[in-house]
Amino acid sequence: MHRKHAELRRFITNNFLYGRDCSFRDDESFLEMGIIDSTGLLELINFLEKRYAIQVQDADLVPENLDSIDQLCQFIERKLERPGQTPACSALQGQAI
Amino acid sequence: MQVEEFLEHSADAYPDKVALVCGARRLTYAEIETAANQLAHSLVGFGLERWDRVVIYANNSVETVIAIFAVLKARGVFVLVNPTTKRDKLAYILNNCRAAMLITTGSLARNAAASAAAAPCLRNVIVSSPVAQLEIVPIAGKEVVSLGTALEGQPNGRVGKRNIDIDLAALIYTSGSTGQAKGVMLTHLNMVSAATSITTYLENTPDDIIINVLPLSFDYGLYQLLMAFKIGGTLVLEQSFTYRRTILNTLVREHVTGFPIVPTIASILLQMDLVSYSFPDLRYITNTAAALPIEHIRKLREAFPGVKIFSMYGLTECKRVSYLPPEQLDIRPGSVGQGMPNEEVYLVDEQGERVGPHLVGELVVRGANVMKGYWELPEETAKALRPGPFPEEKLLYTGDLFRADEEGYLYFVGRKDDIIKTRGEKVSPREVENVLYSHPKVAEAAVIGVFDEILGNAICAFVSPKPGEVLSELDLRGFCADRLEDFMVPQIVQFRPTLPKSANGKIAKRELTIEIEAAEEVAA
Repeated sequence: MHRKHAELRRFITNNFLYGRDCSFRDDESFLEMGIIDSTGLLELINFLEKRYAIQVQDADLVPENLDSIDQLCQFIERKLERPGQTPACSALQGQAI
Repeated sequence: MQVEEFLEHSADAYPDKVALVCGARRLTYAEIETAANQLAHSLVGFGLERWDRVVIYANNSVETVIAIFAVLKARGVFVLVNPTTKRDKLAYILNNCRAAMLITTGSLARNAAASAAAAPCLRNVIVSSPVAQLEIVPIAGKEVVSLGTALEGQPNGRVGKRNIDIDLAALIYTSGSTGQAKGVMLTHLNMVSAATSITTYLENTPDDIIINVLPLSFDYGLYQLLMAFKIGGTLVLEQSFTYRRTILNTLVREHVTGFPIVPTIASILLQMDLVSYSFPDLRYITNTAAALPIEHIRKLREAFPGVKIFSMYGLTECKRVSYLPPEQLDIRPGSVGQGMPNEEVYLVDEQGERVGPHLVGELVVRGANVMKGYWELPEETAKALRPGPFPEEKLLYTGDLFRADEEGYLYFVGRKDDIIKTRGEKVSPREVENVLYSHPKVAEAAVIGVFDEILGNAICAFVSPKPGEVLSELDLRGFCADRLEDFMVPQIVQFRPTLPKSANGKIAKRELTIEIEAAEEVAA
């Protein structure tokens, strides 16, 4: 779990904060901090799908799953617990942005 | 009439009606009115005097809404600052308007503390936070309290004394071609006039439920709040359009009737599969900030059958200029319409003479919605506000070039200056270039706007490093992100050994534009 926290923090910091360590908390909302926009969200999903070999469905794209380091970790855990469920399409398909 | 009366009249008429939905919170008019009154008393208690400026540096939240009305009730001037604003710029704004107080949130307080410390005029800092046990970071020389503490024991009733409608209500900072942000001075009369005209043509009623996904620091976002409260409707306040499915579900669940968008949101919406959605309550969609591509208008009408689509145009200096009545959309899809009610707009040539149909001219605006000027910038003000048909009256020269058809419908042509419009916000290339030039390894920099499907224009920086220096895109973008609001950070950074020059030695931006457009065509 700690490794995932660190990895996700590194991804967020490198991709959305240009490598600046802003020392935000694990439970702080990305939306409230204004660090992830629509395009950033899709970059994040792309990273999650590749790094953790999970498939993120369109219905998963809600702040309850993705809006803080803590929520992301729990979301990945939940996804990994149900590896048998392969959704028909991933959230990234058909998205140009 | 004063802007705070939008809230007060609705609180008198509909005390138990839900005024604001924000995340899981639902507040009635009476609840917001009481909290705003308490905070107003608190601000007065802290020593806020009439006409003092209060900077509100916060994301879209219940507390931000309360703070806006509290400042007005306390006879102050509110200055909303985008939450992605960085320390130096926030310090610049605090000092420029000599803010007496700062209201911010727990997550932004770290940033705000450094800026506050650099603003000698600032006396008080109020920090709101959804977390109950808020850790208050002390700032040398400032009184810092939590919002909870500020509200404690304050009376529920209104503050007795009132402003009059020619008093300033707000300063809205906007990009200027000089690169320094300018404070647009708006009186109560300016804001009430604009809100009245807009709610008139949108035919708003107390039954309207308006969703706002735009920052309140952006005037288009702010007016959704002001208009919703003016009409006694309901505002559904969101942080952004990031979680678009959540937003669309909210539209359905909250029975939203009004959905204000910018072209970037239209692009994102039209990439979604909207077939599974139906919005039986949705009455209108408004678009402003930049014209929608005609193809997008057509697709939006398909995706939202029966929904009125308003193409509009405006600028912070007068809030809104024009709107196209929805029934005109088929006849002149490329037009942003005519002046709104109680406002006159026309086109003039370089000598200030009116131009005829189909000729390009600068748009001028005449109306009670036109700003008082730029805060403490007499020269800039004199350029924007010039004598009109009557010498004692000032017209707003917008710097936007338009042409009009025989019936006076307006078509946007371009800007007189090189201001870039991206995600619906204005960006001064000079402001970005100033930051790039402050990087120790940068020799030359030029910033231009490049067409982008989603953003309208992407910000593109051309940079030549100093001899022997190596720069990376990540480093430069990070450097900019530390100093500029997010929407100003260049999406594209290109390195060149030197930048092309014109005959008089200036950087030839036109050449750079042609170069990058050619490169994009090849890539496409």
